[in-house]
Amino acid sequence: MPRITVTVDGVKYEEDVEPRLLLVHLLRERLGRTGTPVGCDTSNCGACTIMLDGKSAKSCSVLAVQADGCDILTIEGLSEGGRMHPMQRAFHEEHALQCGYCTPGMVMAAIDLLREDPDPSEETIRHGLEGNLCRCTGYCNIVRAVRRGAQEMGQAVNTP
Amino acid sequence: MIPAPFDYVRPDSLAEACQALAADEEAKVLAGGQSLMPLLRLRLAYPSRLVDIGRLPELKGVHDRGDHVFIGAMATHDEVMRSHVVNADCPLIALATATVADPAIRHRGTFGGSLAHADPAGDLPAVVLALEGVFVTRSEQGEREIPAAEFFVDYLESALRTAEVLVGVKIPKLGPGWGFHYEKFRRTAQAWAIVGVAAAVRRANGSIAEARIGLSNMGPTPVRAHAAEAGLRDAELGDQVRQACEQAAADTSPSSDLHAQADYRRHLARVLTHRAVRAAAGSP
Repeated sequence: MPRITVTVDGVKYEEDVEPRLLLVHLLRERLGRTGTPVGCDTSNCGACTIMLDGKSAKSCSVLAVQADGCDILTIEGLSEGGRMHPMQRAFHEEHALQCGYCTPGMVMAAIDLLREDPDPSEETIRHGLEGNLCRCTGYCNIVRAVRRGAQEMGQAVNTP
Repeated sequence: MIPAPFDYVRPDSLAEACQALAADEEAKVLAGGQSLMPLLRLRLAYPSRLVDIGRLPELKGVHDRGDHVFIGAMATHDEVMRSHVVNADCPLIALATATVADPAIRHRGTFGGSLAHADPAGDLPAVVLALEGVFVTRSEQGEREIPAAEFFVDYLESALRTAEVLVGVKIPKLGPGWGFHYEKFRRTAQAWAIVGVAAAVRRANGSIAEARIGLSNMGPTPVRAHAAEAGLRDAELGDQVRQACEQAAADTSPSSDLHAQADYRRHLARVLTHRAVRAAAGSP
């Protein structure tokens, strides 16, 4: 069984994994990161989105062995000192969720989107989140939350 | 769902990868895995071994090689669509790649992987066909080159042999005077094309000197719209172009499925070809 090393939310793990083990199952079942849900099983819905070496990826479509040596950030690694990440706060304040199933993936995809464009337009947000499905909200509040999160993250950068 | 069990090897060189593939007939190449993983999870594929070529340095990057651009098989979609070389010398590839799936999948999915997968509904096969790319492969028997017109053999089947790895694709530079457009029709944002049209058009004196048109999802393989291309030679913008594009579905054999009937796909091919050609010709 291959042995892999991964860093998840800042913690280093060494794990023996069956080659067919999917990254999302490693995260949830072995490392207890159940904040990352399994959604559609076919890489459509984006609920399982995480950051793999700083870029968004759908963890249901990556083998754990493929992540060997990689740095992984999940929704559970976003908060600092018990304080939510500005994007999480913006989702909360703009009521950008109803059932909440898509939210971890939405938040990760939103943060990924801001790497490229720290002040995205509504259109950029809608395109940037095209790989993340929400069946409750109709997306309006999600787009609003990403705008707000972007503004707050920008301010956080500008005023340390 | 959970994939069926398989062995996994991650070779350190292209030579080792060829060896690992040659040692097991049921082995399959793992590139970015964005098409393969759903197939494994749905248990539509049962490879005995996956040979992970995703980290091989020989297969990475986009290179300017004078008269052509060489795109490494393991260049990710995200790298390709942002590459200055691609945007300068073969922008049709950047235009089409930006429509592939969604950002997270483009971070992992590779240029070579989606070509070797040979899905006629994919965007890049029709584009590389239209641009007359040349596929460079490696096996234990050595290197060979396969023109795009011979690469796509059948549904999900390429000319790659067992134990042969796609190294990259040479995309000839077309020079000044060419315009490009990729027109894709789909029902939802991240879906495959119901029909896609890749157009490269050389303009001269208010008319079209020549055109190359690749069609996605108009048969078991991507196809060139030869009849439309013939009609577009020296065609004047306006009625002549419109009439030529009416031939876009000639000699195609689109399937009927949940998304569209064959006759509707033929209709789309004509309409989308006209749009793509006009856009590529810079004509509103």
